[in-house]
Amino acid sequence: MAIREAASQAAPLPEGVDPIVNDFSIVVATANGTGSQTANLAIMRAIFKMGIPVNGKNIFPSNIQGLPTWYHIRVSGDGYVARRANSEVLVAFNEATAIEDLQNLPSGGVCIYRDDLKGLPNREDVSMYPVPVVKLLKEIGAKGQFRDRYTNMLYVGVVAYLLNIDLEKVDLALDIHFKRRRKLVDMNMDVIKLCYNWAAENLTKTDPFVVEPLDKTEGKILMTGNDAAGLGTVFGGLTVCTWYPITPSTSMIDAVNAYLPRMRVDEESGKATYAVVQAEDELAAIGMVLGAGWAGARSMTATSGPGISLMSEFVGLGYFAEIPGVIWNIQRVGPSTGLPTRTGQGDIIPAYYCGHGDTKNILLLPGTIHECFQMGTTSFNLAEQFQTVVFVLSDLDLGMNTWMSEVFDYPEEPINRGKVLTAEEVEEKGFARYKDLDGDGIGYRTLPGTKSTKAAYFTRGTGRNSAAVYSERAEDWLETMDRLMRKFDTAREAVPAPIVEEMDDSSYGIISFGTTMYAIEEARDRLAAEGTKTSFMRLRALPIGQAVRDFVAKHDRVYVIEMNRDGQMHTILRDEMPEMNMKMISIAHQDGMPLTARYVVDRLNELEAQHGK
Amino acid sequence: MANRPARGPKVNAAGLSKADYNGRPTTLCKGCGHNSISSQIITTCYELSIKPWDIIKLSGIGCSSKSPAYFLGQSHGFNALHGRMPSVGTGALMANRQLLAVGVSGDGDSGSIGMGQFKHMMRRNVRMVYIVENNGVYGLTKGQFSATADEGQFLKYAGKNELPPIDLCIEAIVAGAGFVARSFSGDAKQVRTLMKAALSYNGTALLDIISPCVTFNNDESSTKSYPFGKDNELPLHDLTYVPSFEEIEAVEYEPGEMQNVDMHDGSTIQLRKLEEDYDPTDKMGALHRLQWAEQKREFITGLIYYDDKRKPLDEVEMLVDEPLATLPDEKIRPPKEKLDMIMNELL
Repeated sequence: MAIREAASQAAPLPEGVDPIVNDFSIVVATANGTGSQTANLAIMRAIFKMGIPVNGKNIFPSNIQGLPTWYHIRVSGDGYVARRANSEVLVAFNEATAIEDLQNLPSGGVCIYRDDLKGLPNREDVSMYPVPVVKLLKEIGAKGQFRDRYTNMLYVGVVAYLLNIDLEKVDLALDIHFKRRRKLVDMNMDVIKLCYNWAAENLTKTDPFVVEPLDKTEGKILMTGNDAAGLGTVFGGLTVCTWYPITPSTSMIDAVNAYLPRMRVDEESGKATYAVVQAEDELAAIGMVLGAGWAGARSMTATSGPGISLMSEFVGLGYFAEIPGVIWNIQRVGPSTGLPTRTGQGDIIPAYYCGHGDTKNILLLPGTIHECFQMGTTSFNLAEQFQTVVFVLSDLDLGMNTWMSEVFDYPEEPINRGKVLTAEEVEEKGFARYKDLDGDGIGYRTLPGTKSTKAAYFTRGTGRNSAAVYSERAEDWLETMDRLMRKFDTAREAVPAPIVEEMDDSSYGIISFGTTMYAIEEARDRLAAEGTKTSFMRLRALPIGQAVRDFVAKHDRVYVIEMNRDGQMHTILRDEMPEMNMKMISIAHQDGMPLTARYVVDRLNELEAQHGK
Repeated sequence: MANRPARGPKVNAAGLSKADYNGRPTTLCKGCGHNSISSQIITTCYELSIKPWDIIKLSGIGCSSKSPAYFLGQSHGFNALHGRMPSVGTGALMANRQLLAVGVSGDGDSGSIGMGQFKHMMRRNVRMVYIVENNGVYGLTKGQFSATADEGQFLKYAGKNELPPIDLCIEAIVAGAGFVARSFSGDAKQVRTLMKAALSYNGTALLDIISPCVTFNNDESSTKSYPFGKDNELPLHDLTYVPSFEEIEAVEYEPGEMQNVDMHDGSTIQLRKLEEDYDPTDKMGALHRLQWAEQKREFITGLIYYDDKRKPLDEVEMLVDEPLATLPDEKIRPPKEKLDMIMNELL
């Protein structure tokens, strides 16, 4: 197949129609396992490379092949990247869902569909563009496995023509996707150009949706949160990584496995400065993390809800025996298997109190992919400083979907290994493992292999005194548990501070964390446009510090917005600030999908009507 | 500790006295087999002049797993969760591959709740001595059957055991272990010899030591009792361990009577065969012999299976020689150019 030149002109707009520029959503409906991700990313990245802000969300089933999957691309010149409930532009390439997908289109929408879909009705109020898939594939000469792959590239060409996407940017997008392997890029571009030309010759544009170049993505990257997190841990000094496969955390480990060999092989010996061990289950994964943390490694595992349940006994041991370790929880929807490929924030309470008896754990709450990267360092530093298990609670939306970000800066945060005594220090000053010498609740530890006869101590989950000697005495137990609480209180001002955006004369405050921020930011702009000013605090960690108390104290009402049924963060905040608990109102919503601005606006207005008057 | 007084206690090549290898006083029952094993660990480490700080002691939960507190008080110890010692050991040895690890577990800890971790440790071949203090009974919870108890056996508390026993040596061999031994806590010399050889092994070395529970399972009808062990122990060979720093003594034996096993650190295990045609390097033969012994209620002991062809996990992972735990910051955080390189690929 010879390289074709594409038609130079994009589709002309219909006469007398006002264009809708850079403000719409595309949904691509395909079947799982057909390789449509490459095509979808090419469309999104090409628009991004035209300088237009985008966000891509893959709404996919728990399935390897065959079940329906939808890829949502939001195009927003204003920079909004939250999910929208409806898309205007549909690519209907999956017979199983096409009829319903078409029904969901708003009036005035666009439907680009395979012309061999059976029973697809015509909608007069929608611009309908049939694509003769079989004919075009024949023209390309695609056979066998290439049929599926090229079928997806067909719609890239048609979408590019109709929406006025620059083909050079499509080429650039594929160049990044295929990591500069030009042969792959050219093969795919040939198909795309052929379809672009076919569209130019055969389709008449009847809809108003177009993209126009902007300058809003210069110096920005597109990446998934799991990729950023994996990279972050590599720059955070990860040395022992253990894992057991579970969606949606697995792609974070894929990233770790991709980056480590490129960056952490010792130049002199050619050997690894890291170990990655696939465990037999999550119990073993966290056991290895704690064994490694105890012996002095920066150790980490990644999992999701069910894995957290399995790990909880070890987390309690880590809390009590005071062993560093990091758990990334890429949250999905539970209880049980729940909705394993959908997003949520339902593990806040399970992670915060993970373990039995009295336990409280440090939680980091990234909201951006840049924070995923940064928290790769922060999580290890906190784990080693506080000698405890630290959770990082990302979610499927952040972890597996593709987000814009500024280029990541080299980590400013130095590596902090915490209070570890050398053999010389032990010989000189002696050593009692759990003694609170500094009044911050944090003892000094020694690592196995420290060459001193005084360095050893015995680590256990049973009662002990401050010299790590077995004890069932009530006073020793109380001393240990009080000190652990003191340590937790020290962490309050050491964890990442919340981000606050205040408006003068705001009517009320909003507290949230993680990916709900995108819908909330958009909602606040809409509310402000309607005359309602709000202040917003995005938590980035638990336990809370003084800033959170001050924020709540300052406002008459504070809405705590989160993606779970029970209002877990709301419960924790009310527990932490009982004197102000009547001021905090829960907005908790969980249906597996990322929050929309519309939901946030409607719910806030509804509750304000009750509480604000 | 280099300059000890000339007339002080006897010291080893590391300049340490035997008392330096002691732990805290035991809280196990008087006469418990586990105490005898603790003593052999102390003697072994003293005789091999191992520096206590080079050792880590690991255990799960149960009577057996309490014992690491009772030996090597100058070594770091970690009494982990029930059945989960192998994962903790795996992590610790990934963090620091220079450590010598001694794990102590029991039949409940390894044969029931920890069977998965037990088998996966053998499969991964993590460099560690894995001692199972096997008494066929749960002691701390007062006398329930464990998974290694004899089929048809009666216990006062638990009644009759209707289920067949799990043989941990068979499980280990099947899972890929290359050093599998069975011994008897009443046979101190053999236990010690096997321990020394196990510490030289380049991978996971299983010592399944029948260690009677004097309180709950010591009737002579039980294969895990002292009376049964004393009357029925059937060593497959006489074992001698010759460390790398000693010459092998030339002793005259009939041809075929002796077998030398050379270990990767230069030490040698000499086996003087008691059972004429038993070859511990024959995997199928070892499995066959174990099954046969179970059927005939034979208490065979010795080095049941040996193979050193598999690499330990730290070599599979191709780790740098120095411990990962103490690598300097510049070795664990890549330079700025590497991040720029990744960012440029995305632009």
